[in-house]
Amino acid sequence: MADEIDDIKPKSAEVVQPTVEVQHISKRFPGVVALDDVSLQFFPGEIHAVVGENGAGKSTLMKILSGAYTPDSGTIYLSGEKVSFSHPKEAQMKGVSIIYQEFNLLPERTVAHNIFLGREPSTLGTLDTRKLNKQAVEVLKEIGVEKMISPTAFVSSLSVAEQQLVEIAKAISFKAKVLIMDEPTAALTYTEVNLLNDLVSRLKQKGMSIIFISHRLKEVFDIAEKITVLKDGKFIKTVNKKDVVPADVVYLMVGRTLDHYFPPLGKPEDFGEVVLKVKNASNQILSDISFELRRGEVLGIAGLQGSGRTELAQSLFGVVPFKSGTLELHGKAIAVKSPFKAIKNKMGFVTEDRKSEGIAPRQPIRDNMLLTVRAVRALFGMISKDGIGKSRKLVPMLGKQVDIRTDSFDREAQYLSGGNQQKVVLAKWLASDANVFIFDEPTRGIDVESKASIHDMIRALTKKGTAVLMISSELPEIIGMSDRVIVMSERRIAGELPAKTSEQEIMLMAIGHAKSTNPGLTTSVGEV
Amino acid sequence: MTAATATENRYRRILHSIHIPPVYFFLILVFFAGGSLDQILADGQIFSNPAIMLNIVVRSVALGIIAVGQSLVIIGASIDLSVAYTISITAVMSSYIMQGDTANVPMAIVSVFAIGAAIGLVNGVTITKFKVNPFIATLGTSLIIKGIINATFSNYTGSVPKSFEFFGYGTIGSLPVSIIILLIIVAAGWFLLARTKFGAHLYGVGGNAEVARLSGVRTDRVLIGAHVICSMTAVLAGLFLVSQMRSGAPWVGPNGVYDLNSIATTVIGGIALSGGKGGVWSTLGGVLIFGVLETVFNQLGVNPYLKTVLQGIIIVLAVASYTIRSKKEAA
Repeated sequence: MADEIDDIKPKSAEVVQPTVEVQHISKRFPGVVALDDVSLQFFPGEIHAVVGENGAGKSTLMKILSGAYTPDSGTIYLSGEKVSFSHPKEAQMKGVSIIYQEFNLLPERTVAHNIFLGREPSTLGTLDTRKLNKQAVEVLKEIGVEKMISPTAFVSSLSVAEQQLVEIAKAISFKAKVLIMDEPTAALTYTEVNLLNDLVSRLKQKGMSIIFISHRLKEVFDIAEKITVLKDGKFIKTVNKKDVVPADVVYLMVGRTLDHYFPPLGKPEDFGEVVLKVKNASNQILSDISFELRRGEVLGIAGLQGSGRTELAQSLFGVVPFKSGTLELHGKAIAVKSPFKAIKNKMGFVTEDRKSEGIAPRQPIRDNMLLTVRAVRALFGMISKDGIGKSRKLVPMLGKQVDIRTDSFDREAQYLSGGNQQKVVLAKWLASDANVFIFDEPTRGIDVESKASIHDMIRALTKKGTAVLMISSELPEIIGMSDRVIVMSERRIAGELPAKTSEQEIMLMAIGHAKSTNPGLTTSVGEV
Repeated sequence: MTAATATENRYRRILHSIHIPPVYFFLILVFFAGGSLDQILADGQIFSNPAIMLNIVVRSVALGIIAVGQSLVIIGASIDLSVAYTISITAVMSSYIMQGDTANVPMAIVSVFAIGAAIGLVNGVTITKFKVNPFIATLGTSLIIKGIINATFSNYTGSVPKSFEFFGYGTIGSLPVSIIILLIIVAAGWFLLARTKFGAHLYGVGGNAEVARLSGVRTDRVLIGAHVICSMTAVLAGLFLVSQMRSGAPWVGPNGVYDLNSIATTVIGGIALSGGKGGVWSTLGGVLIFGVLETVFNQLGVNPYLKTVLQGIIIVLAVASYTIRSKKEAA
């Protein structure tokens, strides 16, 4: 085996032709430049990580490489040959396989059927099941997991890690030369990650070119040889892992000019008593969550994708309730078992996914705004009593408060811009007179002007004595808005930082490189 | 993790290979409930009579044949509401063409299968190419056929020759031909789903059409194929019914509620309306449950509406139990 590897491995960097090369790739979407003149090379037998903050353009680049998007300009070369893909199938046939973050398997079918879907061996339309299973075993053998995964096992009976392996088996069964993995470890435990890393190293030794997207810098440093940093759609730098330390890469990833100014932070006299107190709370996702939220403050929750930020909000709001630990609201221990309970206890939750959880797109703005009020107060058709009369005054008042630009409140919410839709969601919660607010990505995907007015509104809420928990993946927003910052990592709280902290400090804590005050984290890192 | 998982997987595999669809548990339950009712009300006359027992299956033949076709389209995450009127048009057209003469039988059979194929094709194309929701598309087809036959035929039309009645009433040895046909259709449905490329692709289309498409499956063709086959099973059921009735009438399909009943039995069998899983053996179980209910209630002379109530209860209970079970498995 070792001899073989030497044969394939590049003897000197100059003569080796890159497996994939992109030149001057640009891609814009309405309102954003996702990729701006990016040029990159990926070599055979190399594990190349692409890193960057949310919105840096990593996923867009991978989708272009795998044929899901076509670039607006620029060229792709595959082993020196110019190619353009109009469909993922074409890329796959040419040896570019991608494993997406979300799974693409049929749970109710066997492993073998999944790997060879659309390419089943058959004679006159009759399946050759024996051959199908044999071929599947061969592919599984190729990645060394034939003892672990049976070709006749149903995918639904496999663990997440095993399913991931089946995805990889399917990807390489197309005789892949390039394997793109988009956050392959997001759903895996540490042992499973190690298993995956072993596998990736083996594929690399076979001369495959592996492109690896990850938010977890630790992992990137464990496995990749080269690291490319993208920021705001632009190529920043490609570095060799051995020449850098994580902090260098973090430095390349963060830091940019603000696109607008934030309202002034709270002053010490603004902060009141503890409103929400969580102690040692856990459930199937989160473990050992403890923190306090005071009246009049904005507590920022930072962390990487998958660190448990959104889950924290959902747990507090009763979507996925905490199973153990205590939750005190205004000094009174309560159990928030459902969103209904949460709203009754005067909590408000502006969700991350505006389209599916925030607004009812086909309902008029008026009904959207009154949704929470009606949900909690009106029972059995008493809407008219509470609704119509009151809403005649309430709706325009709310509209003015959140500054919605519309000619009529009877317009369906789907016709509003993203920023205005978000303002409708805000209005909905303002109407509920909640005094603890959770904002999950309050300004994602909306224009700068609306962003600024939403930030002003959040600050105005705290001035009125409300407590705000604000989750954001945009570090400038966290720093610009928060009176304190809690950083999450590995579904725990990694630590707390004061107001006006730096992006670098947050990132280092989020990737588990900073000294942490939370004992839970150190043990989990120790396991690796 | 490796050794333990391997053993566990093997264990799971064995479990899967001897897997009996849970619907048969309900069948046994209904059977025993019927038996006890029979003991109490009729001193066990029904369940001790082999002819009546066989009749349970014979009564289920038409529904069973269509349910196989319905299972295919539902596995493909589609649905067919036009089967009842496909049966009607088959019954009246075949009887009309035959006119009691054996010589006309081949012509009649070819014609009705051509009509069936056309109906399936229209259903499939409307759903896949014009992206019309399957429920609406096949409801539309159903209304079109209904209009056509009601405008053309108002009562029994033509007749089938004595020779053709063999299909509905004949026996081979002591086994009714109709039962043999049902078993052949169910076996064919099983073969199609479990042992052919078409079947594998149909599960893919129903499970996740986008995954199937990206894997190179021509999803539209597969679904159109399933619809054509489904309409063909309706034609076959129509031929069977007309051979029993001796003459075709336009109300034979809707009177038997074959559209909703075929969906109900498929669902009782355990095939999710969302598609991608299940098989025809389980559907047969659902069909037999309806057969047992039908026979028991008819023989005992109990109010037939009570039967409908029971059917409703069984549908809900069965589906609820499957959903709870699969949730438990997932957790």
